[in-house]
Amino acid sequence: MSKINFLKPDKSNLNTFLYLGSFLFLVGVLDVLLNSFFSLNLTGFLPGFLSYFLPLILGFVGLYFIRIELSGIKQLDQLNKHINTNNFNAILSLLIIFIIIKSIPPLLSWFFVDASFAGESKDVCTGSGACWTYIKVWMRRFMYGMYPNGEQWRINLSFVALALLGSVGYFATDKFKKYLTLYYVVIYPFIAFLFIFFFISGGPVFFDFSYGIIAAILSIIIGFFIPSKFKFYYFLIVPFGLYILLKYFIFYEELIELGKLDGLNWVETGAWGGLSLTFIISFFCLIFCFPIGMAFALGRRSGFPLIRYISIGFIEFWRGVPLITVLFMSAVMFPMFLPADFFIDKLVRCIIAISLFEAAYVAEVIRGGLQALPRGQYEAAKSLGMGYWRMHIFVILPQALKLVIPGIANTFLALVKDTPLIFVVGLLEIVGMLNLAKTNPEWLGFAMEGYVFAAIIFWIICYAMSKYSYNLEQKYKTDR
Amino acid sequence: MNFKLKDIGPQLLTVIAVVLVFGFFTYNAQVNMENRGIDFGYGFLSQESSFDVQFSLIEYDGSHSYFRAYLVGLLNTILVSVIGIFIATILGVIVGIARLSPNYLINKFAAFYVEFFRNIPLLLQIFFWYFAALRALPLPQDAEAMFGIAFLTIKGLYVPAFIWQNFNIFFYSIVAAIIAIIVIRYQAKKLQETEGRQTPVLLISIGLILILPLISFLIGGVRLSFEVPVLKQLATTSFIYEGGVSLPPELIALALSLSLYTATFIAECVRAGIQGIGKGQKEAAASIGLTPNQVLKLVVMPQALRIIIPPTTNQYLNLTKNSSLAAAIAYPDLVLVFAGTALMQTGKAIEIVSITMFTYLSLSIVISLFMNWYNNKIAIQEK
Repeated sequence: MSKINFLKPDKSNLNTFLYLGSFLFLVGVLDVLLNSFFSLNLTGFLPGFLSYFLPLILGFVGLYFIRIELSGIKQLDQLNKHINTNNFNAILSLLIIFIIIKSIPPLLSWFFVDASFAGESKDVCTGSGACWTYIKVWMRRFMYGMYPNGEQWRINLSFVALALLGSVGYFATDKFKKYLTLYYVVIYPFIAFLFIFFFISGGPVFFDFSYGIIAAILSIIIGFFIPSKFKFYYFLIVPFGLYILLKYFIFYEELIELGKLDGLNWVETGAWGGLSLTFIISFFCLIFCFPIGMAFALGRRSGFPLIRYISIGFIEFWRGVPLITVLFMSAVMFPMFLPADFFIDKLVRCIIAISLFEAAYVAEVIRGGLQALPRGQYEAAKSLGMGYWRMHIFVILPQALKLVIPGIANTFLALVKDTPLIFVVGLLEIVGMLNLAKTNPEWLGFAMEGYVFAAIIFWIICYAMSKYSYNLEQKYKTDR
Repeated sequence: MNFKLKDIGPQLLTVIAVVLVFGFFTYNAQVNMENRGIDFGYGFLSQESSFDVQFSLIEYDGSHSYFRAYLVGLLNTILVSVIGIFIATILGVIVGIARLSPNYLINKFAAFYVEFFRNIPLLLQIFFWYFAALRALPLPQDAEAMFGIAFLTIKGLYVPAFIWQNFNIFFYSIVAAIIAIIVIRYQAKKLQETEGRQTPVLLISIGLILILPLISFLIGGVRLSFEVPVLKQLATTSFIYEGGVSLPPELIALALSLSLYTATFIAECVRAGIQGIGKGQKEAAASIGLTPNQVLKLVVMPQALRIIIPPTTNQYLNLTKNSSLAAAIAYPDLVLVFAGTALMQTGKAIEIVSITMFTYLSLSIVISLFMNWYNNKIAIQEK
């Protein structure tokens, strides 16, 4: 064994340094561990300042000793490479390890050990931990807002139906694949609109919905017997004819008024709320803002100066103002711009405002994609004799949209995260409901639990969305 | 000029549609205002506002005009935006660099921070800090002093106030130091380009900014004293701190959540910028004998900044616009004071909402003009 220089660990005394270093490091970690989990202070006999920093010093010296290049031990080399490259990194690594160890016990005890889960009232929440009973009791309100308890199956049913209809794309056979775009762009939003605005709100308009469904089913069944030559005209005329027939000639409105036909109870939009409202608003804004944004992106790149300036004005205006003022506008200013007897529902105004707002952002993202395409693509399409619309629909947009998937996903994420702002117009989605529940005199003092709960939900939604967009981006990545 | 119908047609149709929509809206607005007996005009701005604002940077009370109230709100918005931008930039750059660290733990820690704060709505974060976290702070009488001079309580942060004597001399000394630094930097750059000699700019700068104010203290008669906040009992259970500067909890919650949230986005911009620099650049720089620090300072950062700045500008704009969420926790910013209270009192919806929107538009334009100027300055000078 050669002479040991403790200021310069080297390979010749590998074992000494290794044992000494890992011993010191482990003692440091153990001290923090015992301190944080069992409130034991091994180094309590030392003066306060030294006792506080001792684990850090021990760990630092330990890491210094084991920082031996090319030691020949694979694990040690990996460790050095990842957390122990130099003094600075060693201290940062130690700090992070200690912070994690220190923060686990309080978090664990708050979330699980000292938390109360059982019971139905505030009385069970006596521990120092979280009161999940509060979340349990208020769950329905957080999910459905003020929507009547007995009617909540309508929301559930609509969401399940829409989810099923939305997943059609995964099961479609090759024969139907070519219709999928049409389905998702035109038919699906329309069905979703029918479901949400007629089924969830109920009331007299619900009958419109039922007639519409009956008319659609009947016309599809009959449609099978129509020769394909006339199918287009058939579907253009017959469903609407059937609908009018059903509405005005077969099921008289009088029957409803007489109570012979029993529809769904009407639930005004003011009573909608909770997480389901977050979904409804995000869903509609998502559907509407995309085509509007696409139109303005094309407008901004248009060769006609007037159209271009109008598009630029639109985009820059919405991008320059905060959403909260836009919602203020939709709440207090917009009604002034409409005829006196013309009333638009609060929720609809909200959706219009958010859609226009997000459309400006979508437009900028899509413009980025359009600009990124090489000019050769435009020229090639033109040389094939394609006009403006054919060129954009078949050549430019498919490529441009592929390029901007991450940007669009970010915009949609921002949209979902912006929905809580609708508290401005008095609609209460989940964050709004939390603030309402917080002020309930029987449940004072549980703000933290509520916000943590909502944060977890939003985090899961947003994280899943961003991961999904990443997968989509990988799937459509085409090398050029 | 040679007009073609094919070119004119679509434009004409669009313009007509826009004009029709706007005309429809204006007509309805006129009719509605006539029916309700409201007259349109901005004259109310000079009227007495007769409402109070809790926190304001300029002197204000109910006897001042609505315009003064607007200024109070605007200044509060600017204050929280500037604080937010300042903290978010520092934090974002640190986290962005940490994301590229070879240290596994630091890297994952930074990634965790980014993924965590980015995916939770800002409004929720503001509520969390304001209603849950800051409410857990001690009451004024129970607060422990931080370093003996500052108090963090449920009623806000109390810090000592600076009391200056001959402040203007101190101020001029700082200005002189900054001008000197700019001149020296310019000279050093010139020297570097013409003769290839390097000057220790950083050391000289630090020396200047320390020494000149110090001289002002020693011979300029500048005196600085602190006014430490003192606990004062108002009633048996009501305490308050007097003296010093108090930052309301609304401001703290808002600035904290805005900067934590925006820092995640800035961190991603910084990371993308540094990653966008090809490996060859670093290797080439190293091969001509630059030290790692010089590589970062002279080769990587100047190029990375070009990629970092445009998206970061967007984040600054977003932060400024997001500061309007202040209305949710009653921090008296532009939206709360003007579009909230003033609108309720006057009922001038169109005027007030339009002024508010116009103000935000102007703020956005000012920030983006400044950043465009900076971006052009550092952009590649093609010859």
